[in-house]
Amino acid sequence: MRLEPRTHTPLAVRILAPMGAVVAALALCALLVAWTGAPVLTAYGLLVEGAVGSRFALTETLTRATPLILTGLAAAVAFRTRLWNIGAEGQLYMGALAAVVLGGGMLNLPFWLLWPVVLLGGALAGGLTLLGPAVLKVRFGVDEVVTTLLLNFVVLLFVSMLLEGALKDPMGMGWPQSAPVVEAAELPKLVARTRLHAGLVIALALAVLLWLIDTRTIWGYENRAVGANPRAAAFAGMPVTRVMLRTALLSGGLAGLAGAAEVAGLKGYLTLDLSPGFGYSGIVVAMLAQLHPLGVVGAALFIAGIFVGADAMSRAMPVPNYIADVLVATSLLCMLVAGLLARYRLRRG
Amino acid sequence: MPSNPPLRSGGGWCRRRRVGATVRKAMTNPIQPVVLRLTGITKRFGPLVANDGISLTLHAGEVLALLGENGAGKTTLMNILFGHYVADEGTVEAFGHPLPPGSPKAALVAGIGMVHQHFTLADNLSVLDNVAVGTEPLWRFWSDRAAARRRLLELADRFGLGVRPDAPVGDLSVGERQRVEILKALYRDARILILDEPTAVLTPQEATGLFDTLRRLTADGLAVVFISHKMHEVFAVSDTVAVLRGGRLVATRATADTSREELAEMMVGRAVKPPTPTPMVPGEPVLELKDVTVLSGHGRPHLDGADLTVRRHQIVGIAGVSGNGQTALADLVSGLIVPDGGTLALKGQPVRAADAAAMVRRGVARIPEDRHAAGLVGSMAVWENLIAERYRDPAFQRWGVLKRAAARRTAEEAIRAFDVRCPGPDARTQLLSGGNMQKLILGRTLAYGPDLILASQPTRGLDVGAVSYVHGRLLEARAAGAGVLLISEDLDEILAVADCIAVVYHGRITPLLPHDRVSVRQLGLLMAGHWDVLSEIADAA
Repeated sequence: MRLEPRTHTPLAVRILAPMGAVVAALALCALLVAWTGAPVLTAYGLLVEGAVGSRFALTETLTRATPLILTGLAAAVAFRTRLWNIGAEGQLYMGALAAVVLGGGMLNLPFWLLWPVVLLGGALAGGLTLLGPAVLKVRFGVDEVVTTLLLNFVVLLFVSMLLEGALKDPMGMGWPQSAPVVEAAELPKLVARTRLHAGLVIALALAVLLWLIDTRTIWGYENRAVGANPRAAAFAGMPVTRVMLRTALLSGGLAGLAGAAEVAGLKGYLTLDLSPGFGYSGIVVAMLAQLHPLGVVGAALFIAGIFVGADAMSRAMPVPNYIADVLVATSLLCMLVAGLLARYRLRRG
Repeated sequence: MPSNPPLRSGGGWCRRRRVGATVRKAMTNPIQPVVLRLTGITKRFGPLVANDGISLTLHAGEVLALLGENGAGKTTLMNILFGHYVADEGTVEAFGHPLPPGSPKAALVAGIGMVHQHFTLADNLSVLDNVAVGTEPLWRFWSDRAAARRRLLELADRFGLGVRPDAPVGDLSVGERQRVEILKALYRDARILILDEPTAVLTPQEATGLFDTLRRLTADGLAVVFISHKMHEVFAVSDTVAVLRGGRLVATRATADTSREELAEMMVGRAVKPPTPTPMVPGEPVLELKDVTVLSGHGRPHLDGADLTVRRHQIVGIAGVSGNGQTALADLVSGLIVPDGGTLALKGQPVRAADAAAMVRRGVARIPEDRHAAGLVGSMAVWENLIAERYRDPAFQRWGVLKRAAARRTAEEAIRAFDVRCPGPDARTQLLSGGNMQKLILGRTLAYGPDLILASQPTRGLDVGAVSYVHGRLLEARAAGAGVLLISEDLDEILAVADCIAVVYHGRITPLLPHDRVSVRQLGLLMAGHWDVLSEIADAA
């Protein structure tokens, strides 16, 4: 038996490979679950039930998936053009910051105008945050992995400073949190008496829009060419610098939008625990989706389901909810292996 | 280059060939023992049979030329011999003992040395360290450098391989590095030397020096396998020639008993007729460089006061050893950079900004030097690569939305017109062979009736059939009124198709020399920087 490179990967293999990877990840993590002494099948059953088993579970998973879709798209869009944006977390907080500033009552606009302004302001703040590192990259060749990663800490400390100072809610009992946004800045709820908000619809629409741009327009064409071979793209006369800066604005904008939507749709105010690492998880989402905009939706739902389900499971079983992190990480590793194996076929002899 | 061996004879390749032939007759001795025997070597990669029952013998003191197009199986065969691959069938015997398959170490111990096309030297180490590295036991704290130096100098002296043992390899010229590679093999007591396209990077004079070394080696009883696809080298250096085609051994001939035409036909499998240029009267200038300087940021500039004019109906060949300013010249005409000094003009209009797309719009067809790295996006489809220079044309987009059907139709036409062998416009480009990739680039650029063609190493790595196809297309475009700037390190190519030749050396370009008034020897001297030859050429004219 030996492996042999494929010249063409059939669609069935491309769809089955990620599913096989998830099954393999679940099988591997079953060992850890069994180690805690819990019955494996019951534990996984509870996990699935906690993720999609009820109206509440389902809306919680979808709520959790909303920022993950947006940060996943942010990573996917950037990585496709080989802009290694590791700073989605910081861009998310900048977006959230813009949202509480714009939505905090300083603009007196009607409801149908205010929340779009808040979201767009958040996206713009996120986009501009990534534009800086992108300009440094194209002008001076500064490695954007370093600059975007370190900017995360700069942004977090900046937000912390504001929450302790200028933006601190006078009614907040001394907690480092901002004043809540006004009612007109809040996103409409999708399902009554749940936390699910209109951010999900916006995220889904953006995923479809980005997929159309990627495959149907000269923008997407340029992005793919610059991502796959920047030298050949420049030789053919494509505006490589412009493509990079455009991608930076878009990627940072999506991450900023995730932050603004969390504030305007869910929390209402800004604290330093707004995001449990959505920016970093977005990278995992994008990798699981193999950078495909529609795949991002599936990957984000999967990861959100694991986290929400693991929370529910850990309440009923002696399995800590950290199993969610392990499951997601194992899935990513299995996915990378599956992606590699899908490029080969097994041959006897 | 100052380190070149002095010219030993005034003759060009033709003279060399005759000298070689007489020496060979004296040397070919039927009693010489067989040192290497390949028997029935077969290697399959999936459905592809890379080597199909190949049997070869090599005698002591013999130079065997392995001739074949790309993909004929030369490299696979040598990789099996050297233990990088394991053959599916067949055996390798060195000096009467079977060689264990799949072990490069066993090949080294058996006395087989290989000089790769891309050198495997450490730039920051000295010549001596590069040669001795890996030959000394690791558990000893000291190394016997004095003995190593003595042995190196002795070998260098015996085989005419002049090197400076203490110079860092990074400072050496390509020819010197090749000598270090050969010394490295000899230092390890190689008795069979395999050279993979050794002349690809050398000037004619350096190549002559290499052939001289090979003769000394064989006189000493070494056997040499010389991989090449250049005909004149085969005649200059080999005793026997084996021709591979499609993984099969087509024929083995004594070099003295065969001809260029016969070998070419065996290589390609049909008679190859190289296109012959008909003389034409040059028209108005399409490209003018006046006193152009391109700075490199450190040391001497890439281009240093270069003047050059290319006219319609004219192919101007730029000869030179690589790294003398060719890349900067190509980048200028490609629209990737602008001159730091002097002027560049297209059809009389100055070029002021580095704008590749504008160059395309102004009628420049550009064939890049490295078709993989700069020409094509391998992971994208053939049709996507075919519109890469013109995707903003209204024919291919409206309001930013790609007209995919129109682009695919255009691609299908180009695939037909330029004979690109591929499954269809949706095939991934990286699956195409080198020749078909080049045809793809020709289809992308030449289909639009260019005024100026920049052809940078347009046939590097292509086989005989594809080479004559590319040359035919360039000559067609010349007849249609285009000016062609042909930058090539292959003198044969320049002599075959160029109307005028200019030599580039250290960023300066000689005046245009008519191709029929300049000899290979003179070009070689110009390429090495001996520009006093120019007056000799002028006097002759």
